[in-house]
Amino acid sequence: MFAYYLELALRSLKRNKLLTVLMVLAIAIGIGASMTTLTVMHLLSGDPLPGKSAHIYYPQVDPTPNNSNWQHKYPLPMMDYRSAVDLWSAHRADRQALVVQSPVKVSAPEVNRPPLMLTMLSTTSDFFPMFDVPFEYGAAWTPADGKDRAHVAVISSDLNDKLFGGKDSVGKSLRIRNSDVRIVGVLAPWRPHPLFYDAEGSITGNMSSTGYYGKPEDVFMPFFSSMEVNDGNFFQYTCWGGGPTVPGHLENAPCVWVALWVQLDSATKVADYRAFLTNYAQQQKVLGRFTHTETRMLDLMQWLDYEQVIPSNVKLQTWLAFAFLAICLFNMVGLLLAKFLRRSGEIGVRRALGASRRSVFAQCLTEAGLIGLIGGIGGWLLTLVGLWLVRRQQTPYSDLVHMDVSMFVVTFVLAVGVSLIAGALPALRASRVAPALQLKTL
Amino acid sequence: MQIQPILAALKKHKLATFLIAMEIALACAVLCNACFLIANRLSAMHLNSGVDEASLGEIVVTGFDPKQATDLNARMLAGLGAIPGVESVHVISSIPFGPPAGTAGITLDRKHYNTVVEFYLGAPGTLKALGLKVVAGHVPAVDDYQPVEGHDYMPLSSRVLITSGLAERLWPGENPLGKEFWAAKYQFRVIGVVANLVMSQPQKFGNREPGWSVFVPTLPGGPLAGTYLIRAKPQVLNHVMVEARAAVAKVAPDAVLDHEDSHTVSFLRERFFKADRSMAGLLVGVIVALLAVTAFGIVGLASFWVSQRTKQIGIRRALGATRADILRYFQTENFLIVTFGIVVGIVLAIGINLALMKFFEVPRLPLWYLPVGVVALWLLGQLAVLVPALRAAAVPPVVATRSV
Repeated sequence: MFAYYLELALRSLKRNKLLTVLMVLAIAIGIGASMTTLTVMHLLSGDPLPGKSAHIYYPQVDPTPNNSNWQHKYPLPMMDYRSAVDLWSAHRADRQALVVQSPVKVSAPEVNRPPLMLTMLSTTSDFFPMFDVPFEYGAAWTPADGKDRAHVAVISSDLNDKLFGGKDSVGKSLRIRNSDVRIVGVLAPWRPHPLFYDAEGSITGNMSSTGYYGKPEDVFMPFFSSMEVNDGNFFQYTCWGGGPTVPGHLENAPCVWVALWVQLDSATKVADYRAFLTNYAQQQKVLGRFTHTETRMLDLMQWLDYEQVIPSNVKLQTWLAFAFLAICLFNMVGLLLAKFLRRSGEIGVRRALGASRRSVFAQCLTEAGLIGLIGGIGGWLLTLVGLWLVRRQQTPYSDLVHMDVSMFVVTFVLAVGVSLIAGALPALRASRVAPALQLKTL
Repeated sequence: MQIQPILAALKKHKLATFLIAMEIALACAVLCNACFLIANRLSAMHLNSGVDEASLGEIVVTGFDPKQATDLNARMLAGLGAIPGVESVHVISSIPFGPPAGTAGITLDRKHYNTVVEFYLGAPGTLKALGLKVVAGHVPAVDDYQPVEGHDYMPLSSRVLITSGLAERLWPGENPLGKEFWAAKYQFRVIGVVANLVMSQPQKFGNREPGWSVFVPTLPGGPLAGTYLIRAKPQVLNHVMVEARAAVAKVAPDAVLDHEDSHTVSFLRERFFKADRSMAGLLVGVIVALLAVTAFGIVGLASFWVSQRTKQIGIRRALGATRADILRYFQTENFLIVTFGIVVGIVLAIGINLALMKFFEVPRLPLWYLPVGVVALWLLGQLAVLVPALRAAAVPPVVATRSV
């Protein structure tokens, strides 16, 4: 029966080519526009650590005094050195990593190349297993290396390609600022998006949030070693009470600039850690170091949501695309209505010959679905063009933009779904055609 | 033209009429808001930076030893100044559209935080090189330029120039000359007002205006090192910048050239507004597609109605209606439907604008956008209906005699 309806639908589409082309075009353009933006949204709002993000948390405490500029709705998005290090060294979580970014001058003594200015991530050894960071050569430094303030580093595959032509560079040395540092590990290509562990500060508006889709740092060093190696080059998120006495040296400055990430594998541990955090804040208040005892601990996805990592342009484009799809939908309902009711005579005959309302309805819907399918193919091609345009825009995420299988499926589901919705009302109208009236006018 | 029969005919096709009107309503709402967004982006892109953009460029170097700052400045000034075509080289902390140099919260009474402003530190001569217009007070004298001591970010007590926009914000209606303000431990006294100088990353954020900047006369050295303002004739500037970038390797082998930021101001400006430009382009694309789809809908439905009413048209023609009458009938019908859609569309446009204001920091839609959108849709409707209406007008009266 379905095959017969399909044949009828094809016949009917051929009969009025102009109307068919108009409908298919409208669906294709609507689907193309909305799928382009939806694919970008899908990419930008994705889970950077699938399956694991629910166990990753971002604890916050509030070290600011009353007279700072920050309105105390939530604690600041980063921590001061002492709080972060206190919480980290308590080792109350399954894994914990301190995170700080800084610009640093890097050269390789064995390679004849001018020095590079790169971004270094100062972190602790748990960072790599906690965030499933893949290694090409070597491995992360050990906790002992971190404690001994060893001059070791892990480098990105990009930097390894640049300096060592992609060969195994473990054991080679790097000149990081004025220190010689031994490479212990080289990462495999790693491109988490969004760059979740750096996601801080977008609410201040100082940093455009496209910054969360750039590449990870090129050099990773043990936290405390890097404090010595790159002393004087650290940047505060914000300060109060006059700021640091020595710019770039923030260990004892009234500034927030360190982030702490923890992994908590069970709900009990999460509750325990929250209690630990509250305790810590209260204890610090008793000691006179804190004025406020608010704490907060969001999980990774909540944190990304709070930080609004998705660029507002992209959100706006998505809304626009769907408003556009709605217009296409209205357009299609109107045209389908015209198309079906034009065949009232034919439908009247079919009904008189014994076709049930249901079968007329099914036949009309089949036709709408077919238009959706053809429109979907057009929409898919237009989406590919749209994504090509996005890639040409040179946004930090443009190299990530592509259509995956799920988005391919969504394209067709959306196209056919929209057409079926658009077809439902006209099909219902068509199935209600009074046969007697139509037969009389024949 | 009688509207009554048209309305009666439309009543028979309530659903189709309603649908096409709703499509026009949505189109009207999206059109007004999209045009407004484009206008917003374009006006942001036409931001007046206050400096002689066409003649300016900057060279940024990093990674040098801070102890060598004075020595580096001397080498860079000499090295860059020797490039043919360079009119002047000055040490500056940043330039508009360059990397952010220094923003800080300021206070007028040392108690209440007022707003965040950008501090530009510049060596003697910078003011003139930038091409800033001093509209009140005076340019800094030689002894207004002070060195930065120890680990400070700027001179502890400076005599500064502020933009007229900032003056209006801090002391509305008052003479800002001689007034004082603070940022943490640093004290500032206003000695002059410049017409305009935008922040290095001039984005509107909250109630902060992009033109709220402070120029702090500073002697080079300490933190004021590594960024150099180059002035050259616009015709040779690009060439000068190529040579300047190349010169860094020879003049300052101990420093690393910042390839990202060492460009002409025009280039940096282009880059800064790239997202706005591509968004505006995208919006234009959406508007075109939107109008096209709406026109398709009108053409499709009007064609259907024309073919459905062929017989009636024939009868009217046979009864003496002229071609112009038939043409006008369909045009009036379209006008009525579009008008109905527009009425709903205006309400929707204002609603969408309110939502955008809430979620995307978009200003209020000026009301004059609405009549413009209305006229555009009326014209679109009339154009779209023209082809089917002409076909209707071409129906010969003899049709009426057939198959009756």
